[in-house]
Amino acid sequence: MSRIRSLITVSLLGSMVFPTAVAAQEMIADTTSRKQALTSWGVQFEELEYRYSDDDEELGVWSADFFYGTDDLKVRWLTKGEYAIEEQAYEGLENQLVAQVPISDFFDAKAGVRFDTPEGPDRTYAVLGITGLAPQWFEIDANLYVNEEGDTSAGLDAEYELLLTNYWILSAAVDATVAFSEDREIGVGKGLVSTETGLRLSYDLVDRAFSPYIGVVHERKYGDTADIAEAESGSTEDWFAVIGARIAF
Amino acid sequence: MKVRLLTGLLSLLMPALVLAGEYNLTVDRVEIDTGDFVKEGIGYNGKSPGPVLRFKEGEDVRINVTNNLDEATSIHWHGLILPFEQDGVPGISFPGIQPGETFTYEFPITQAGTYWFHSHSGFQEPDGAFGAIVIEPEGREPFRYDREYVIQLTDKHPHSGDRIMRNLKMMPDYYNRQQQTVGEFFSDASSNGLMDTIQDRMAWGDMRMMKADVEDVQGFTGMINGKGPAQNWTGLFEPGERVRLRFINSSAMTYFDVRIPGLDMTVVQADGNNIQPVNVDEFRIGVAETYDVIVHPKDERAHTIFAESMGRSGYARATLAPEEGMEAPVPPMRDPARLTMADMAGMPGMDHGDMDHSSMENMDDSNMQDMDHGSMDGMDHSKMGGDDGQPSDPFYAKGSGIMPVAANDGKFLSYADLKAQKPLYEEREPTREIELRLTGNMERYTWSINGVKYEDADPIRLQYGERVRFKFVNETMMTHPMHLHGMWSILDVGAGKWNPIKHTVSVQPGTTVYMETEVDAPGQWAFHCHLSYHAAAGMFRKVIVEGGPDSTQAKTDVAIEEGGDA
Repeated sequence: MSRIRSLITVSLLGSMVFPTAVAAQEMIADTTSRKQALTSWGVQFEELEYRYSDDDEELGVWSADFFYGTDDLKVRWLTKGEYAIEEQAYEGLENQLVAQVPISDFFDAKAGVRFDTPEGPDRTYAVLGITGLAPQWFEIDANLYVNEEGDTSAGLDAEYELLLTNYWILSAAVDATVAFSEDREIGVGKGLVSTETGLRLSYDLVDRAFSPYIGVVHERKYGDTADIAEAESGSTEDWFAVIGARIAF
Repeated sequence: MKVRLLTGLLSLLMPALVLAGEYNLTVDRVEIDTGDFVKEGIGYNGKSPGPVLRFKEGEDVRINVTNNLDEATSIHWHGLILPFEQDGVPGISFPGIQPGETFTYEFPITQAGTYWFHSHSGFQEPDGAFGAIVIEPEGREPFRYDREYVIQLTDKHPHSGDRIMRNLKMMPDYYNRQQQTVGEFFSDASSNGLMDTIQDRMAWGDMRMMKADVEDVQGFTGMINGKGPAQNWTGLFEPGERVRLRFINSSAMTYFDVRIPGLDMTVVQADGNNIQPVNVDEFRIGVAETYDVIVHPKDERAHTIFAESMGRSGYARATLAPEEGMEAPVPPMRDPARLTMADMAGMPGMDHGDMDHSSMENMDDSNMQDMDHGSMDGMDHSKMGGDDGQPSDPFYAKGSGIMPVAANDGKFLSYADLKAQKPLYEEREPTREIELRLTGNMERYTWSINGVKYEDADPIRLQYGERVRFKFVNETMMTHPMHLHGMWSILDVGAGKWNPIKHTVSVQPGTTVYMETEVDAPGQWAFHCHLSYHAAAGMFRKVIVEGGPDSTQAKTDVAIEEGGDA
């Protein structure tokens, strides 16, 4: 450092002594934000909707994520909720906080924690997953979960957007959950647990920031999980009409 | 110091004898009205675009820049050859101009022609911080004109630069409203057959690439000299006059295809340097490029200057008219461009087409004959290189979906047509070649050189006195206007010593382009893609020129940075 300083001094002296010569300017190091990793953030509500089921159940549902970070490391908060309007109770409430790093051109790996805090017993899971864009434009999000009792499960979400026009978009989404062990307290049996299939027709009203949609959603429980639900006189299959909006900012 | 004081005193006493031109610019928050929307932006002396700075070759200029913003700013003199500390790139030339500060740029004007200036800080340039520079030559110019206008193009967007960058990072197709739809699938299926269409969609889907990915940022209003299409900037002429139009593309992201229906254009300058005149019907102006053209309207009628964006998502329009208020029809935009597999030829793992432009002798010989006769008419190169009567430009991948075609099927300017009027440098063998692969990932909106973003890159080190041959290999599906600061880019069009001298070189997808640089400017310089959001995402380098007459070894030692190249 002292060497650098003395060199600068020398060059400064030089420029004073020989004013006509082009001053030997120091070449500065780039400490501007351009030389730093670009930090970005975003908020997306993939679903923010009202659901009305075939047996007159009403739900408020959201699925959103907030991210902050660089190309190399992002922190993402994913939140999902299903609120039964009549019962005034959360049927499902799930929050994940994950760190996300790129692992290939089109896929990121995620690791973090998930807290399920619906009405009833809570669960905490460790999450390991991948998310990205598969060939033919399928958006994939696959996760492995382990809860504090050692129960493991996996979830796979896939989504495809069909552009009817550049503003009218039909999106198809399938979420499937598989449990590798039973967690009877929260009504999960071993094997394929449930699927949620949705078809939504949206219109980009304000850029891609606000896109109202209507759609249908089909939820179904399978195997042991369905048996548990039946035993508790819950439904194993539901159809919903949905109305809502996609939001991004 | 004393000398400077003395000249300062003298200039105060005898303003008529001032050799140095003094100019004042303020950097201000301004309102920009495109006719479609009104937007707060950044301008100079209260306006965007800022004033046209008129310099004289040979003068010394002093430009006092006062920053009235609440953030740091800078001005880069795009295309001017000057000492590196005057180049105006924060972090490379100087620390920048802080809020409330006045910074005085001082440099000699050693060139003539059409250039421009813009902020090099953040997204101030897309937000409106730019203006034009016109430098009057010391000697006579090799062409005549009766009047001249600056035609400064931009792509004004309703969103701020920061917002656009963030949206692109969140959703890379945020602004793309030309994507292929179900409707296009059926129309393609009926014209190309169902199976072919399915195969085509599958091939692109397999790469996770979009044929429609020509323009990242759509939704702008094209503007000329600060006027949107409805506001119709108008330049007056007397029939029979020769009018010189100094086209400058100050867009953040948009290439424009420019034509003036009913008028031939004679291109006489590219990036400020005289070229052997070429008659064209239409030309594509890359981001940050300039072209000077001369038109010769003979009739008492108006002409539309029509500049469609390369991807056809927007246009700028102005009018040349004998009288204020006259206008000519505004043509409709042509269909949106679609990339082809040829544009993907540069992607790693794809079949490399034979895109090497170093072997363009055949074509150029035929060109040169025409050129040497100085004939300004009847040169039709539009068919050159085309095997099957298809329009062809050697600077595009063969079969490229963005190959330019003139609206009237006439002559579209190619880089291959650009021949220097007077070579600036002796021709000599380059001392070495540096390969720069232009790389990126559209789905992540990351852009880089040789796969490395600026934040992770070492500077490119050049030696004073060498002549470097840069080899650009575009491995992306987008066009990149590469701009080297401080030294000329001698674009290899295969014309030897007549190769044109530019400051910005467009590299089309799937192509390899060479340029040579006489390393004659000590110091450190920026070198980057001039698409604002590509540069900000990392397609940027610092170039350090080591050695040189004004330098001592001490000087290069001061900036301690790791060696190595890009």
